[in-house]
Amino acid sequence: MAKKVLIADDEPNILASLEFLMRKGGYEVRLARNGEEALATAREFRPDLVLLDVMMPLRSGYEVCRALRAEEATRGVKIVVLSAKGREAEVSKGLSLGADAYVTKPFSNRELLRCVAELLEGAGGPGPA
Amino acid sequence: VSLKAKFWLWLAVSFGALVALVAAIDALLFSGLPAAERVVLSRVLEARGPLLAFVALLVLIAVGGILRWLFGRFVAPLHGIAEQTVLLATANPEHRVTTEAGPEAKAIALAVNRLGEAYRAMRRDVDARVAESQARLEEERNRLAALMSELSEGVLVCNEQGRILLYNERARALFAPAAEGPLEPQSPVGLGRPIFAFLDRDQVAHALEKIEHGLDREARSPVTMFFTSSVQGDLVRVRVAPFLATDATVAGLVLTCEDVTHAFGQESKRRSLLEALATRVRQPAANVRAAAENLIAYPDMSEAERARFAEIIAVESRGLSETIDESLREYADALKSGVTLEDMRLADLLDVVRRRIEATPGLAARTDGIDESLWVKVDSYALAQVLAQLAGRLREEGAVREVAFRAAPHGGFVELDLEWSGPALAPAVLSQWEAHPIQVGTEQAPVTVRHVLERHGGEAWNQTQAGGNEAIRFLLPLAEAPPTRRPRKARAGGRPEFYDFDLFRVADSARGLLGQPLQALAYTVFDTETTGVEPSAGDRIVSIGAVRIVNGRLLKQEVYEQLVDPQRPVPRDSVRIHGIQPAALVGQPNLAQVLPGFHRFCEDTVLVAHNAAFDMRFLELAEPESGVRFGQPVLDTLLLSAVVHRNQGEHSLEAIAERLGVAIVGRHTALGDALVTAEIFLKLVALLAERGITTLGEALAASRETYYVRIQY
Repeated sequence: MAKKVLIADDEPNILASLEFLMRKGGYEVRLARNGEEALATAREFRPDLVLLDVMMPLRSGYEVCRALRAEEATRGVKIVVLSAKGREAEVSKGLSLGADAYVTKPFSNRELLRCVAELLEGAGGPGPA
Repeated sequence: VSLKAKFWLWLAVSFGALVALVAAIDALLFSGLPAAERVVLSRVLEARGPLLAFVALLVLIAVGGILRWLFGRFVAPLHGIAEQTVLLATANPEHRVTTEAGPEAKAIALAVNRLGEAYRAMRRDVDARVAESQARLEEERNRLAALMSELSEGVLVCNEQGRILLYNERARALFAPAAEGPLEPQSPVGLGRPIFAFLDRDQVAHALEKIEHGLDREARSPVTMFFTSSVQGDLVRVRVAPFLATDATVAGLVLTCEDVTHAFGQESKRRSLLEALATRVRQPAANVRAAAENLIAYPDMSEAERARFAEIIAVESRGLSETIDESLREYADALKSGVTLEDMRLADLLDVVRRRIEATPGLAARTDGIDESLWVKVDSYALAQVLAQLAGRLREEGAVREVAFRAAPHGGFVELDLEWSGPALAPAVLSQWEAHPIQVGTEQAPVTVRHVLERHGGEAWNQTQAGGNEAIRFLLPLAEAPPTRRPRKARAGGRPEFYDFDLFRVADSARGLLGQPLQALAYTVFDTETTGVEPSAGDRIVSIGAVRIVNGRLLKQEVYEQLVDPQRPVPRDSVRIHGIQPAALVGQPNLAQVLPGFHRFCEDTVLVAHNAAFDMRFLELAEPESGVRFGQPVLDTLLLSAVVHRNQGEHSLEAIAERLGVAIVGRHTALGDALVTAEIFLKLVALLAERGITTLGEALAASRETYYVRIQY
């Protein structure tokens, strides 16, 4: 069974590329266009991994990150934070708040794919039961 | 004892002695006679009683006459000669002793004058040499002054008590209030004045604390800075460097002040532009790259997909070039500027923070275990405020009683944790606290906690520590520790030689003003011109002039001069005296408007005036209207002159000036008279010392004793 990936970003032009990339990577993909939608979709879709943009309307990526970690059902999900802010302090903040990886935009598709694959392999099981 | 009393005492004593002598001889003769002759003699004497009394009266008059002659010829002239000799020796070497008395006194006067001549010749010689070296000093001083006036920064040098020893025109202008109407703007910057009149005491104390800390730890250059605002609302950066005494203790501070309003605005604009550019560019670049890499990596994609990605690339790259053009245009306007953070040892910063936190009752802070080798790049004042403020909030809203600081380096940052055991902090609460303005002194600065963190390029969030404690984690930029420690040497000969900074020696004594030596006090010598001589009958002030004396020096460049609208007609008689035409007073401020500014000019000084009771009465009568009270001690040159020269009849300003050899210029203008009074006062201080009157308390007591104090207006 294919691993499930949720992509949350408010930029349709990156969303299109990421969706295509993740599908080509063999994952089952769902999209969210803001923080609220990301949380709601995560609860229902139960993804193995979330690609999370930091700057989103309604709830920021950091807030979504915290909320995912706080909820029993989504605590184990892998989180990759995508951000247009590359300052070291922000990277630290993202990781401290529970992200498994912090990827600065722009990024290499291949590396992102590898990062996602590694995180999902390291997880062992097929996501939350 | 006055001469008159002395005279009567002598008369009584000498007459009494004479009478006693005659009585004793009589008694002796009387006791030697046989009884019968005694009876006869008694009878004879009784019959001649009135005659005897008359003889006694004649003798009394004779003795009185002789004494009077002696007093007139010797005692009184000698007193006068003594007084005049002191005058000659101390205040006025040009003075020549004169006497109307007999040849003996004249001979002494002649001898004293000859001595005076020799003394004057010697004085001239010494004066010439002093003048020569003073001219050299003056030239060096002027050179320094010229140098300082060239500086675009304001420079202030102050002693440990914060009193100004040196300043330049730029510093004066920087802190001067804007002119309002006809009132002359008075800058709070002046020799001997406290810097705390325009700089926040806490900020200066904090800077001093940091400098002391730096010196103790042999920092390379113990220089620090802070920001403040001028009266006109400009942002002023103040760099503070210590002025070391020869024993390497801090003797004073050198403050260089610069208006950075413009630079600061540019800097924050530059920073935000740079950040905006990075953020604005990253997003479209990511969009282009992701689409492009998809196109390359998956050539077998459908036609629709290919068209979609090609479209994305076209749109995003067009947007990208527009963003870059726009940003560069904006960026070109923003100039680079020098608002920087300073390097500081984290442990030192936390020491300051701890002390500040513990000023809140019921709140303790622990900073033990902080790595001494950690240095951070910070605006220490703002950051200390932020940390202390957050700790205070934890106390208020979370009932936290103790906080602890932990720190560890992490990449280019130091992770500083503010830890407590107790309830966790909701993220929303922290971001609410971050939006709160920081407290500077008793006021709220227009800067939030978030601004301060952003200026440090840092972040803050709350988290639960491994041990179960709650914490707010701050990321602060790491600074490089200074490489070497060198022993702190006493800097012999390192101080500039242009100046004799006498104010360094002035200590604000705990004894209060009264116990302080007259030489060391700061004075405002003032004079007023008025519509007449009866303040209680409606006469008013038309002008005030004043000049300051600091450390025995008359500061002719720090004067006060203000015309005052008396709000009543000005009598022609008074115009004849002060020469101020009524038309010149139209549009001038009234006394109630003028006095607050004059009060500030007089701050921290002793007032001096000639016939001060008169001028003070005018100021007192204006009290309810102006709302300012001149409560400082007042010295009166008229009374002091009477103290010094009890036997000289006249104590008018002219008479004293002539006696003391002070040239009168601009008599009967308030400022001119104030200047004359000030020079007289300086000479009187020397003469008072001659009489053992050296402190303010003694001078006031002596003034009170003199006769003239009974004059009341």
